[in-house]
Amino acid sequence: MHGRPRRPAKPEDEEASSAKAAKLRELQAEVLRNHHARTYTKEAIGLSFKLLEINPEAYTAWNYRKLAFQHNVKELSDPEAIKSTVDDELRMVEVALRQNPKSYGAWYHRKWLLNQKLTPVDFKRELGLLDKLLKVDARNFHGWNYRRFLARFMGVPDEEELKYTMDKIRDNFSNYSAWHNRSILLSNLLIQQTKGFESKQKIFSEEFDLVTQALFTDPSDQSGWFYHLWLLAQTSTPDNPQLIASWPCNGAKFSSSLVKEKVERDKPIWSRTVPVVLYFNEPVKGVNQSSVNLKSDLEFDKDFNWRPLSMTNSGYSNCWATYLQIANECSSSQQYSVELSIPCSDDIVSRSGSNYNFPVLFTFTIELISNDTSQDTDLFDKPVAWDCSESFQSHGNRDPIPFDLLNNTTALVQEDTNWHFEKLSEEIDLFRELSDDDSKFVKLTLARLLLACAATKSRGRSLVERKGYCEEALRLFIDLIPLDPSHKQYYEDERSIVLIDKLTCDMETFMKHCSVQVQQNLAPLNHVKLCRLSLTRVGFAERLLWVQVLDLSHNSLRSVEGLEALQQLVLLNISNNQISSFTALEPLTKLISLKVLNLSFNKIGDHSIDKTRYICSSPFSHKVEACEAFEVCQKENINVEEYWDAILFFKSLKLAQLDIKGNAVASKENLKTLVMTIIPCLKWFNGERVN
Amino acid sequence: MAELAADQHVRYIVTVEKKKDSFESLVMEHIRLNGAYWGLTTLDLLHKLHAVDAAEVVDWIMSCYHPESGGFAGNVGHDPHVLYTLSAVQVLCLFDRLDVLDVDKVAGYVAGLQNEDGSFSGDIWGEVDTRFSYIALCTLSLLHRLHKIDVRKAVDFVVSCKNMDGGFGAMPGGESHAGQIFCCVGALAITGSLHHIDRDLLGWWLCERQCKDGGLNGRPEKLADVCYSWWVLSSLIMIDRVHWIDKEKLTKFILNCQDKENGGISDRPDNAVDIYHTYFGVAGLSLMEYPGVKPMDPAYALPLDVVNRIFLKN
Repeated sequence: MHGRPRRPAKPEDEEASSAKAAKLRELQAEVLRNHHARTYTKEAIGLSFKLLEINPEAYTAWNYRKLAFQHNVKELSDPEAIKSTVDDELRMVEVALRQNPKSYGAWYHRKWLLNQKLTPVDFKRELGLLDKLLKVDARNFHGWNYRRFLARFMGVPDEEELKYTMDKIRDNFSNYSAWHNRSILLSNLLIQQTKGFESKQKIFSEEFDLVTQALFTDPSDQSGWFYHLWLLAQTSTPDNPQLIASWPCNGAKFSSSLVKEKVERDKPIWSRTVPVVLYFNEPVKGVNQSSVNLKSDLEFDKDFNWRPLSMTNSGYSNCWATYLQIANECSSSQQYSVELSIPCSDDIVSRSGSNYNFPVLFTFTIELISNDTSQDTDLFDKPVAWDCSESFQSHGNRDPIPFDLLNNTTALVQEDTNWHFEKLSEEIDLFRELSDDDSKFVKLTLARLLLACAATKSRGRSLVERKGYCEEALRLFIDLIPLDPSHKQYYEDERSIVLIDKLTCDMETFMKHCSVQVQQNLAPLNHVKLCRLSLTRVGFAERLLWVQVLDLSHNSLRSVEGLEALQQLVLLNISNNQISSFTALEPLTKLISLKVLNLSFNKIGDHSIDKTRYICSSPFSHKVEACEAFEVCQKENINVEEYWDAILFFKSLKLAQLDIKGNAVASKENLKTLVMTIIPCLKWFNGERVN
Repeated sequence: MAELAADQHVRYIVTVEKKKDSFESLVMEHIRLNGAYWGLTTLDLLHKLHAVDAAEVVDWIMSCYHPESGGFAGNVGHDPHVLYTLSAVQVLCLFDRLDVLDVDKVAGYVAGLQNEDGSFSGDIWGEVDTRFSYIALCTLSLLHRLHKIDVRKAVDFVVSCKNMDGGFGAMPGGESHAGQIFCCVGALAITGSLHHIDRDLLGWWLCERQCKDGGLNGRPEKLADVCYSWWVLSSLIMIDRVHWIDKEKLTKFILNCQDKENGGISDRPDNAVDIYHTYFGVAGLSLMEYPGVKPMDPAYALPLDVVNRIFLKN
């Protein structure tokens, strides 16, 4: 019931209504009776007409009419008689649409009828009907769907339909349905390289001009802004995937300590797992042993696989990792070099289907040290304290942080990057002029344009420009919050990503957040501290691949997506944030080196609605089925329906230390039992020694 | 702030169920099974499912069953369709009575409606719509019978309906619409395929559905309507972007649409109430963790405890 005012029924209304109701009840019963008895006489069909005229939603009556039509038309051979039967049905649809122009049943009846192809279709009549309906309601999506159906049916070229959207937009800039159809048609025309649509650049330049005209006519109307956002995405997305970071990076030299694993025939075997991480600018698939070449004088298990580091099972990921299993009978220090290359590849493709065509080659050196004393069993015999600042050393006197991660894409500037940059700059100038107005769309669009521009500045001296774009965008997001308070947290999320970009895009700024942490019994660890910055989410993980200790405490993080790429990470502090569920922490289950995790003072257990229930892997989305860990917990009297998310999270972690106090879930008695059951190697729980 | 008139809504639902003879009820007669799902789910959310006789409801549901096809009709005497088959399965889930079903027969009906391109028809007459993709996937998943269809193709079809704004339409090329987006996001959620969605792009479009009055609309430049509280909120939750709207304003909008005297919720303040908007209003409040209302699962559109029981109890 839509748009009907609420008012008490008057007696005379009720009388009229009950008379109407009696008539309708009788009609419905009669039509159903005829349907069940397969009575397809003229009179019976007439009753269904009457019913659908009053109630076009009575779907069984449409089914009845289809059966009656099939039954009756079978006996006809005279084309005129067939045409008249078809016409009756077309009229039926028109009558029903008059009652309800959004009747699914009526629209489908018409499509079904045309698809029977019994008579030539009178397209003039069809288009006339559509015109009439779209004049009454230019946004009737049933009408637009029918228009697309007709265009396909008639074989109307997309260029013609594109002209129609232009007419509708000229009638009224605020016609979102027309802009939408335009985006669909243009995408098709560009993909098919139709004559006149060969150049993406030319077409998008013209579209920018068109939509800007609309935006300046009425800046408060949403329609044009969504179209502009689409154009911006089309203009700023690179055409082919690129490798943008790796760990280890080009030229890196690092030491890795071997651990005495076992003794075979009186000889100790030393081993180590070394992760190698590749990070692309967009999700790709097809990273494997044949698309990526790894050469080394080092002995490692040749049977390794590249795995996507993502929460999905789509096969696509920005980030890929492999784990080299190094086993050595020798315990003395040795250096090995590793060469990794990715040639142009048809295997590695992005979601849009473009292949990898920026060949890279880089080398790094691993020094293997064996260390009798630092065996895993002795580590963490004291809990790691997060606030002891004396254990930090400035980073200055150490090897430089592997910041310019690849040093190898410099020469590979895409040919049309210039066009992208010029077009974006033009738009920026245009919107800068307008941004004094308090229009949220103007400011937001300007911020988005600036960020798209920043993204084209990723190397060398242009980083200074990048920082400039980030700073301007940050100011805009801060302005937007009071201007549009309902979307406060959207702007905060956007701001977080830009802030991380700004803080990590050049060496000088980044170094202020980096140090080396020395923990007892551990080799010095590379440490990054991004605290008290009001961050709500993480971005630019590709710049943190080398980080071993990460302190993100005292922010407003709701999500840790992105951290799954940090395969070197040993210690993570995300205490005093806004994490509200275990499912939101799923990215951490991919961190093979993680030993110490501080989750204190978050919101886990505070909410009855879990916002990442479907982002994570769970039995509800069929990404995991009930597992062994569930059974183990059931034996400990832990309620799986209540704790399934905690079980799935902890079972993938090999933590030595966990802090989780200050969360609603931590006050539940079962949690400690659960954690200790699932993580047998845990030594410290909320500061207390366990096991 | 106004409060939820829970008792009045319960009374409204129980009485509306009995008023079968008004013109309004008759116009909706053919979708009575949908109505049962809306009303009974609302009762469960308000902890009042016991206000109805479970055995009576189950008997009536089964009287809408077509044993030859395996589908359910919207009411006794009507034709079977997936729209009502899902409602029947959902109501049986509420009462934990899936045991009355010939599960393989019902699953066979739904699975038999998958087309070559992965899409689903609503019934034997062949209308295709992403609504039916969601319904099919949801029904089969609740019955533990997803393996009866080509899930990959089903997902591919849904993805082929994705638009420039990140949303989804009824068929390839169809304009984005919040109801349709719920169906497509739900279909992808149930099949573990949310990676096909650009969550920031779709999240922005969805959070822009909030109007000045606090309510949500279904498409740009349209009026707010209580039913979108469900379609938009559930989609935003599934993609983890629900914090992008102002929940307090939306809660107020929904509460202002209540008929506090006679119960029921309408599409907009001071309009006539109906069972459909009563359900969507209460479900929206549930997704915003309104006190006293049971939490809902955003993908299966059933109370969370019901869904957890189905998938976590072996």
